[in-house]
Amino acid sequence: MTSELLRFSTAGSVDDGKSTLIGRLLYDSKSIFEDQYEAVKTASERRGEEGVNLALLTDGLKAEREQGITIDVAYRYFATPRRKFIIADTPGHIQYTRNMVTGASTANVALILVDARNGVIEQTRRHSIISSLLQIPHLVICINKMDLVDYKQEVYETIKEDFERFASKLDVHDISFIPISALKGDNVVERSANMPWYEGSTLLYYLENVHIGSDHNFIDTRFPVQYVVRPYNDDYHDYRGYAGRVAGGVMKKGDRVMLLPSGFTSTIAKIDTADGEIEEAFPPMSVTLLLNDDLDLSRGDMIVRENNHPEVTQDLDLMVCWFNDKPLQQRGKYAIQHTTQNVRCLVKDIQYKMDVNTLHRNLEDKSVGMNDIARITIRTTKPLFVDAYRKNRITGSVILIDEGTNETVGAGMVIG
Amino acid sequence: MNYQLSHLKELEAESIFILREVAAQFENPVLLFSGGKDSILVSYLAKKAFYPARIPFPLLHIDTGHNFAETIEYRDNWVADLNAKLLVGSVQDAIDKGKVTEEKGYNASRNFLQTAVLLEELENGKFDAAIGGARRDEEKARAKERFFSHRDEFGQWDPKNQRPELWNLFNGRKQFGEHFRIFPISNWTELDVWQYLAEENVPLPSLYFAHQRKVFHRDGILLADSEFIPKRPEEKVVEMTVRCRTIGDVTCTGVWESSASSIEEIIEEVAASRKTERGGRTDDKRSETAMEDRKKDGYF
Ligand SMILES: Nc1nc2c(ncn2[C@@H]2O[C@H](COP(=O)(O)OP(=O)(O)OP(=O)(O)O)[C@@H](O)[C@H]2O)c(=O)[nH]1
Ligand SMILES: [Mg+2]
Repeated sequence: MTSELLRFSTAGSVDDGKSTLIGRLLYDSKSIFEDQYEAVKTASERRGEEGVNLALLTDGLKAEREQGITIDVAYRYFATPRRKFIIADTPGHIQYTRNMVTGASTANVALILVDARNGVIEQTRRHSIISSLLQIPHLVICINKMDLVDYKQEVYETIKEDFERFASKLDVHDISFIPISALKGDNVVERSANMPWYEGSTLLYYLENVHIGSDHNFIDTRFPVQYVVRPYNDDYHDYRGYAGRVAGGVMKKGDRVMLLPSGFTSTIAKIDTADGEIEEAFPPMSVTLLLNDDLDLSRGDMIVRENNHPEVTQDLDLMVCWFNDKPLQQRGKYAIQHTTQNVRCLVKDIQYKMDVNTLHRNLEDKSVGMNDIARITIRTTKPLFVDAYRKNRITGSVILIDEGTNETVGAGMVIG
Repeated sequence: MNYQLSHLKELEAESIFILREVAAQFENPVLLFSGGKDSILVSYLAKKAFYPARIPFPLLHIDTGHNFAETIEYRDNWVADLNAKLLVGSVQDAIDKGKVTEEKGYNASRNFLQTAVLLEELENGKFDAAIGGARRDEEKARAKERFFSHRDEFGQWDPKNQRPELWNLFNGRKQFGEHFRIFPISNWTELDVWQYLAEENVPLPSLYFAHQRKVFHRDGILLADSEFIPKRPEEKVVEMTVRCRTIGDVTCTGVWESSASSIEEIIEEVAASRKTERGGRTDDKRSETAMEDRKKDGYF
């Protein structure tokens, strides 16, 4: 049984109705189990709410229920005969932007909610910028709470125009707009009788049909070595397999390959899996490669094609999202993870901080604190094998780690 | 050429990636094995991840002593099949040594004692990563968990302050004494698990298939008649055709009336079911945040 997997995440400001929308989507597509529904109904009654609060389907933590907000990403799953979906319902509160980024980093589609009464606000812009930096291929702007503005078309049109003006400055290619009421269900799964003026599709129809021509790069062969498999038994005495996940390209038995950083070349002797040998491997498969020559190769190294390799460099130009209370330090040292490499780096320069309202490059105020987005250059202790993030999300991304606390403090995307 | 993986193959590839990442990043991982389908799946995927080498970490079963007899038999055969190493942490031992105190009354369960025994085993074995079979679709607190979930030196989870986890980059750094819980099958649903186990012909414990069993009703749940569960006078034992949807300690694992006797029938039943598998777990029903509370303390 083959079905496509679509990953989507929610975004938008606090209380714009993200969790309610996910609850509604699950409920109206009959993806909620009776006992889950009963539990949410009981919890709503206990809280003295009028109806059944569908946001409680994803707001599962005690602290979230106490405050009526989402704090961390909730992952939910549902399937229709057409597709299988992984939903990341993320928080709108600015304090938890890092969790929004967590949920959005693997999404094919981002649903950006806007409260029809408030229109596009700073947090809407911040999340849209983050979605565009993360190169999420499709954005759906859900103009929510239409029930509170009498389902008026003008409200919808004004917000749509406002967003389009802002988005023209962003690097996004596919934007759609849907007027909805997450609370009442208009245009979520069922077409709304209250908005006959809207001729587009419902949200579910969109999600089932949007073309997700794969997110992966099938051109540029990249295989970060993750783990070396050595069986140490008589049957497989000389077996030395390089286990990893294909990050780009299509690899075939017999292909001539080059190893980084050594620059040595060899050919692929075998592509092995526990289910037997296979002829070709492509993203996102996890396989084990065997080479025809005995070469020194270990975790952090990369197998590529001779005539097509990533940039081998110690100097990286990055857009970063900062996650920590402690600001990014100019000349600061951090641990950095890139594919299967762990190295250290020095922040050489903070070039500018981005103003999320105007998309302006602020060259004066370069203090990069929590939730800020900035362009920086770093130098690493060892060469990394990188591609531009827009070319490959796997070989183009890094995380920065505070060496004192071990916390992940920033996410970086390679510019190029 | 169409380079598209089925969703099950994509989930498999993701889980194998995580398991290899654990072996690479941690010094001394351990795989928590309960004998249920999820830990069977994780150990099966671990075998695939390191093939043709052995799984480079042991399996650990926290044994409450209140098992279905079939569970232990299956466990020992399965571990032999995998050619893996098995460690057992015994709740009975911990009770005998006075380290934990047994609950009393009709709803008494050793399920809660498992946490203390688990944490002690992790400490004694100096394990720095404990791999579990929890899935996000199981329960609302689990829906919030990362693949790499950090635990402080008391084994506690801080759900309000989890590390960001982006792309395929997993930060397993920790201070001395801290450890990680790792959940390689986070993104699998119950239906995915069954479909995959069917596709791969994985042998499963007989408890999952319909069989005759002496059972009784309690609080809307069917429980197996067992020497480990004291019955109230009004609770009448009847014989029914049932199966388990999850397998855990006898005292808190509900059974379901079912005639599904093959994996295909189970898949049909799960696909049509209107209740979650944990709907039959008495341990989750103790309060609205029962799972979160247990997880914060270091439960699986
Ligand atoms: N009238 C009306 N109220 C709505 C609608 N959608 C959401 N709400 C209400 O708005 C409030 C906030 O909804 P949530 O779904 O929790 O908002 P959120 O975007 O998930 O908030 P955070 O996750 O904390 O950022 C709740 O009281 C909802 O009932 C809608 O379409 N119409
Ligand atoms: Mg929310």
